Amino acid sequence: MKKILVIATFLIATVSFAQNKNAKASFEVDGVCMMCKDRIEKACIKTKGVKSANWNVQTHELRLIYNEGKTSLDDVKKNILAVGHDLKDMKATDEAYNSVHPCCKYREEEVKDDHKE
Amino acid sequence: MKKLLYILFVLPVVMVSQENVSGKILEIDNQGNEIPLPGANVYWLNTSIGDVTDFEGNFSITYETEYKDLVVSFVGYKTDTISVNDSNKPIKHFLKATSELDEVEIVSRKKATSKSYLQAQNVMNVSSEELLKAACCNLSESFETNPSIDVNFADAVSGTKQIKMLGLTSPYILIATENIPSVRGASQAYGLTFTPGTWVESIQITKGAGSVVNGYESIAGQINAELQKPTKDDKLFVNLYGASNERLELNTHFNAKLSDKWSTGLYLHGNMHQKEHDVNHDNFLDMPLYHQINVMNRWQYTDTENGFVGFFNFRYLTDEKQTGELDFNPNTDKLTTNAWGSEIDTQRFDFSGKLGYVNPELPWRSVGVQFAVSNHQQDSYFGLREYNIEHNSIYSNVMYNSIISDSRHKIKTGVSFTYDHYDELVELNTFERIDNSIGAFFEYNFDNLDKLNLTAGIRVDNHNKLGFFVTPRLHARYTPWEKSAFRASFGRGKRSANIFAENQSLFATSRAINVIGSNGGEIYGLDPEIAWNYGVSFLQGFNLFERKADVSVDFYRTDFQNQVVADWENPQEISFYNLEDDSYANSFQTEINYNMFKRFDVRLAYKYYDVKTKYLTGKKPRPLTPKHRFFANAGYETYRKENGAQWKFDATYNWLGEQRFSSTITNPVQYQLPEKTPTVGTLNAQITKVFSSKFEVYLGGENITNVRQDNPIMGAEDPFGANFDTTYVYGPIFGSMYYAGLRFRIK
Repeated sequence: MKKILVIATFLIATVSFAQNKNAKASFEVDGVCMMCKDRIEKACIKTKGVKSANWNVQTHELRLIYNEGKTSLDDVKKNILAVGHDLKDMKATDEAYNSVHPCCKYREEEVKDDHKE
Repeated sequence: MKKLLYILFVLPVVMVSQENVSGKILEIDNQGNEIPLPGANVYWLNTSIGDVTDFEGNFSITYETEYKDLVVSFVGYKTDTISVNDSNKPIKHFLKATSELDEVEIVSRKKATSKSYLQAQNVMNVSSEELLKAACCNLSESFETNPSIDVNFADAVSGTKQIKMLGLTSPYILIATENIPSVRGASQAYGLTFTPGTWVESIQITKGAGSVVNGYESIAGQINAELQKPTKDDKLFVNLYGASNERLELNTHFNAKLSDKWSTGLYLHGNMHQKEHDVNHDNFLDMPLYHQINVMNRWQYTDTENGFVGFFNFRYLTDEKQTGELDFNPNTDKLTTNAWGSEIDTQRFDFSGKLGYVNPELPWRSVGVQFAVSNHQQDSYFGLREYNIEHNSIYSNVMYNSIISDSRHKIKTGVSFTYDHYDELVELNTFERIDNSIGAFFEYNFDNLDKLNLTAGIRVDNHNKLGFFVTPRLHARYTPWEKSAFRASFGRGKRSANIFAENQSLFATSRAINVIGSNGGEIYGLDPEIAWNYGVSFLQGFNLFERKADVSVDFYRTDFQNQVVADWENPQEISFYNLEDDSYANSFQTEINYNMFKRFDVRLAYKYYDVKTKYLTGKKPRPLTPKHRFFANAGYETYRKENGAQWKFDATYNWLGEQRFSSTITNPVQYQLPEKTPTVGTLNAQITKVFSSKFEVYLGGENITNVRQDNPIMGAEDPFGANFDTTYVYGPIFGSMYYAGLRFRIK
C-alpha cells in the first residue's frame, strides 16, 4: 500500500492520471464527543469524493478514504474547519467555532473535563 | 538519549532558550481508562533526535522548525506519525495495540433493551442483561419482560409456550439464529424451547416486514438471536437452576483459545422435570415430564489482518416429553384406550457455518457466506392420534456489501438457495413434499447522516411450490427534531403453511381434521399465504425531572391477500381452507420507559389488538387473542462495587383482557364455554445477588399471585369421548412457581 502510494506520488509528477481512487489518510481533529464525531464525519462525507470517514472520540484520529481524482485533503480539511473543528496545524475561525453546540466547545478546559470518564 | 536525560535534569534549573516539544504517550485499555505508556520511542522522522517516555508516559524533545513529523513507536503497538507545527501545544497521543480491533466500546450503564433512534427499521435490541431479568431457561421464555411479544400456552398438555407478535402467531415471524432462519417447518411448534437462554448473547426484534436479506417468509416481524461467541464468552460458565415444581437445569459453557486465529466453545445444556403435578385435580398432568440434552460446539476463526471471520457450529439435541393422564404408562398404554397419554420425542442435528470477509483496506466492502443443514425428526402420538414429521433442510446465502460513491449509500446484494424435504405421518395419511427455491436480493440503504435514513429492498425468488414472485420491502426513519424517530414501513411476505406442524395442539383434541383444498393447491391442496404489512411508529426521548425517559407509539396492520385459515369454530372439527374474503391484524402499542431515579427503571406498555378473519361462519375476532394487554416492569440495581458486587431486583406484571373462545355453541350444555375468557393478571419477580464478577445467585417467582385457569381441559373425565379438547387455554395452568439458581463464571 505504502509502496503504491510512493510510486503513485512519483508518477503524478510525470503522468497526470495515475490517481488513487481509494487513497487513505489520517490526521488529528479536535473535538470531545459523539456530536462532534457526527459533525466531523458529516463534513468529510459531504465532500464529493470522500468515501468514508471515521473519527475516534478518544484518540481524536480521523481516518479518511477518498478518491484523489475528485478531491484533495485540503478540500476536506477546509470543510472540517468550516464546521468549527480545529486541526493540528489549522484553527477554525471563531465564527465557525462558535457555531458548534455549546456542549461541544472542545477548546474550553471545562468542557474537556466534562467529557472525561 | 543521554543528551536528553541531561536536558531533563537541567530543565528545571536553567531556562533553556532552546525550544522543546513535550507530551504524553498513552493507551486506552479495555475498560476505557487512559494508561500512560512508559518506554515508548519518540523521535523526529529521519533524524537521530529522540526520547523514550518515562514512567508517566511523558517525553520532551528538542524542536527545530524543520522538524515536522514526530514518530511514536512501541513494540506491540501501531507506529504513528504526528505532524507537529506548534511547539507550545503539549502533545497527547494514544497508541493502539496492533492486536486491537478497530472498535471502541463506550462503557456506561447501557439499557438492557434499547431502541434505535437511527435505524430505518423498528428494531429493539435485547441484551443479555435483559435476558437475565428472568432466569429464562430457553428462548420462548426470554420474552417475558418484553411487551412487544406475547407469550402464552399453546395448549393444556404439552407445556409449550407460543409467542405472538402484532397479534399473529410465530409462523408469521421469521425466527433466526445468527441470521439463519431456524425456527421453521417441523421445529415451528417447539423450536423456541430448543435454544437455551444462556447460549443467547442478544436478541434483535424487528417489528414489521424486516429486511429482504434473510428471505421472503417474514410477515409480522423478525426475531434474531445472536449466540455467545467463543472469543467473547467466559472461559467457564456454569448456570444451575432449580424450581419448586422440581424442574432442574444445568448449563455449562467452556471456551478456549486454541491459536491466535482459532477459538472454540462447547456449550452443554440439560434440563429435566420428572415430577407429576395435578393441582387442579383433573387427573391430567399440569405440565409434561420431560428431559432435554442439548449440545453445541462452536468454532470461531478470526484473522483480523486479512479481514476474515468465520463461525462453524455443530448442534445436537434430543428432547423427550410425556404428558397425559396421571396413571398413563407409555410401555403398556401407548396408543390404547387404557389411559390417555402422549409422547413427543424430538431429535435434531444442525450444522451451520458463516464466513465473512471484510476488505482490510476498504472497510465498506465485505462478502459473507452462510450455510446451514439440519435434520429434524419428531415422533409423537397424542392419545390414539399419531403424528410424525421428518424435515431435512438446507439453507445458503451469499451476500456482498458495498457502497455507491460514499458511505451514505450502502448496498447489499446476493443470492440465496433453500431446500426443504418434509416427510409426515398424520394419523393414517402420509404427506411428503420437497420445497426448493433460488432467489436474489438487492437492498439499498440511504442515510443522510442527519434526519433521514431509508432502506429499500427487493428480492425475486423462484420456488417450486410458490412459483416466481417478487418481495418488495421499504423502511424509512425520519427525525423531525431532537431525540425523535418517526418510522414507516411496508412489505410483502409469502410462505407455505405447514398446517400440521404449526397446529400440533389439534392432535390433543377429538376434533376431526378437515382440509378443504379448493383448487388443487401445491401444499396439502392449499395455496400459499401472502400478506402485506404496513406500519408507522414514533419514538421520542425526553427528560422528565432531569431523568431520562422515552415514549413510543406504533401502529401496524397486516393484510392477508391469501391465508391458510385454521378454523376452530366448530368444536367437533378443525378446518383448514384458503381465505375467501378478508383477514387482517391491527396492532397498536404504546410504551413508556422511565429512569425514575438512579438505577431504577420503569417500563409501562399498553397494547390493543384487532385481529379478525372471515371464517365460514362469519367474520370474527381471532380466538384466544386479547383485545387489551397491559404490561408493567420495574427494575432496580444497587450501586455496583469495584468487584462487581451488587443487588438486582426486577418485577413484571402482565394483564390480559378478555379473549374470545372459539364457538362451543353446538356442544352439549356441560361442554359449552362462555363467549369470552375472564381477564388474567400475572406477576413475576426476581432478586439477584451478585457477589463478584465471578459468582451470583438468583431467586425468583413466576405467577406469584397464584392465578390459575380452573378447567383447562374440556372433557378431561372422558378423554376418548367426542368433546375432549385441550386447546381452550387462556392462562396459567400451574399456580405459582418459585425458583433459585446460581451463575459462576471464569472470564
